[in-house]
Amino acid sequence: MLNEIVFLLCAAVTLVGAVAAMMMRNLVHCALCAAGAFAGLAAIYLQLDAEFVGFAQVLIYVGAIAILIVFAVLLTRGGDVQPSAATTSPSWWMGLPVGALVVACLIGSIMASPRLLRLPSQNVHAPVKQIGERLMNQFVMPLETVGLLLTAALLGAVVIGLREPRKPESNAP
Amino acid sequence: MAGWFPTSVQPLVSALLAIACIMPLFGLCFALTTIVERKVLGRMQNRFGPNRVGPYGLLQPLADGVKMLTKEDIVPFSADKTLHFLAPLVLTVPVWLAFAVLPIGRNMSAIQLDAGILFFFAVGSASELAVFMAGWSSQNKYSLVGAMRAIAQMISYEVPLVLSVVPVLMLAGSLELNDIVAAQGTYTIGGLACWNVFTPWGFAGLMLFLIAATAESNRSPFDLPEGESEIIAGFLTEYSGFKYALFFLGEYLGLFAVTGLAVTLFLGGWHAPFQWLEWVPSWLWFAGKFGALIFLFIWVRATLPRLRLDQLLNYAWRFLVPLCLINLLVAAVWYWSGTWKSPVAVPVRWLVCAALIALPYHGLARILRGALPPPRKYSYAE
Amino acid sequence: MTTPLANYLILAALLFGIGLAGALARRNAVLVLIGLELMLNAANLNFIAFWRFSPHPEMLTGLMFVLFSIAIAAAEVAVGLALVIAIYRHRRTAQLDRFDSLKG
Repeated sequence: MLNEIVFLLCAAVTLVGAVAAMMMRNLVHCALCAAGAFAGLAAIYLQLDAEFVGFAQVLIYVGAIAILIVFAVLLTRGGDVQPSAATTSPSWWMGLPVGALVVACLIGSIMASPRLLRLPSQNVHAPVKQIGERLMNQFVMPLETVGLLLTAALLGAVVIGLREPRKPESNAP
Repeated sequence: MAGWFPTSVQPLVSALLAIACIMPLFGLCFALTTIVERKVLGRMQNRFGPNRVGPYGLLQPLADGVKMLTKEDIVPFSADKTLHFLAPLVLTVPVWLAFAVLPIGRNMSAIQLDAGILFFFAVGSASELAVFMAGWSSQNKYSLVGAMRAIAQMISYEVPLVLSVVPVLMLAGSLELNDIVAAQGTYTIGGLACWNVFTPWGFAGLMLFLIAATAESNRSPFDLPEGESEIIAGFLTEYSGFKYALFFLGEYLGLFAVTGLAVTLFLGGWHAPFQWLEWVPSWLWFAGKFGALIFLFIWVRATLPRLRLDQLLNYAWRFLVPLCLINLLVAAVWYWSGTWKSPVAVPVRWLVCAALIALPYHGLARILRGALPPPRKYSYAE
Repeated sequence: MTTPLANYLILAALLFGIGLAGALARRNAVLVLIGLELMLNAANLNFIAFWRFSPHPEMLTGLMFVLFSIAIAAAEVAVGLALVIAIYRHRRTAQLDRFDSLKG
């Protein structure tokens, strides 16, 4: 009973945060509501006994990605948007039905499958030691690849975002 | 004590009891630290601190509290009201959560999480958004610039903070804080305890952790975001009264949390330094080490001048991060050399590990120092 | 634990739909990236839910996948936002419908 209430609360926070993130006019508010949605999801991960992933979600999504998004909003002058400008793209009338259709298909297939109404096994543990062992034994290739990927992404982001030095105007003889 | 209640309510009751113990304890610590800091800073600057209220000024926190609570709560007209209200809350609430995993004494940590340290760093990084919320919602360009600088500083110093902790986790083999304290519980020859700080990588790690912790809590010499002579008050400019008190509280609580973590990870937690001192209660040892580190922070604040923003960021990325990575290597060498069996192993191990830390430190400092200014010529009045 | 698996999957589906609708309907590039992140999070929730309800949770496969997914999402957001900032410097706008210089 308590379980269901906690789940409904966290799910409500997540969904309200997500809807607000997509619908608000002020971009900074959108970014902060998205951070709230991420935090709600972290609570659901914790309820699902995935402690490590829950804390990693808070550390990475709320602590780094939300801040990145906020920085990007401020650097692209999204903070001071004119109230009369349109916020939706010209083809929004296509986007919403597509989203609704996808949701309808997914929920339809979920409800149609009786196996998905099962209850979980009790006493599931994901000890950090085991996660570490799997990372180093079974999943060592993805681990090293993700390391390479993160390095490449870091270098790429720095290079793309670099401000080009202004070349001095040359007077042609 | 939670055994008095029926079983179904026990987890809730034990959680409430833990909260009821932690909140007044660290609240009292906060009040004490404000007055101790001002007195110690005053003495180091050759003046008395506050000494009017109560004997030796010890009731000053009460006076400060009354002042903060009765000040008028001014919100700027064009400020974003909801964000302006929420920012102090978002700052303070995650920091209270961080105290739950600290082992204050033997069997005295509120919750035992399998990934305790990750929980600690996660709630630490959750309070960074609050700084941005405070700066942006004030709609004041000084606040915004202060908030941006504060966030840049906090995310830059998160990297050395976490990296300097990784050698401890490597050698303790667990992320749970109680296990890390237990791994420092043995005593070597002469009865001296085997704390992590008495190893080369542990000493370097403690130094790096303390520097990164000073920067994470926006304390001098890293207090550019809220420097009083710099940018009015940075992101705190438009806050007054109780909200300012909440920011103040959140900052000091953050300091206590990282100090507690430093004591746990590097200084042996609640263990006594010598085996024959084990009869002293464990929380007294924790409190003693905690107080010593807080005194160190206050001492550093009184002594060092403030760093400029570019100096600060260069220091983090070009000096601290390479040193943290080298520290990882040294910890690995220490672990591997722990299996040597020859009688000359111990001094050689110490020498090799210490050299592996000290030489890059010296080299990096030389490279990054740049050109020294020419020696000063003093001219005296005739 | 008394909530069945379907509840978590429905939450993930709703989150995915919201992210998708937002990414398709909003004009600003940063908002599209936020929608993308919401979709990725919905997929992660799916993985964790299936891991928890699986007959062999000690295999930890779902957890591992989500850990890597979070890391990759972080890298992708960094590069995507760097691109948006770089384009803003040239075009002085972050509205997606203004980037039509390649239009035929």
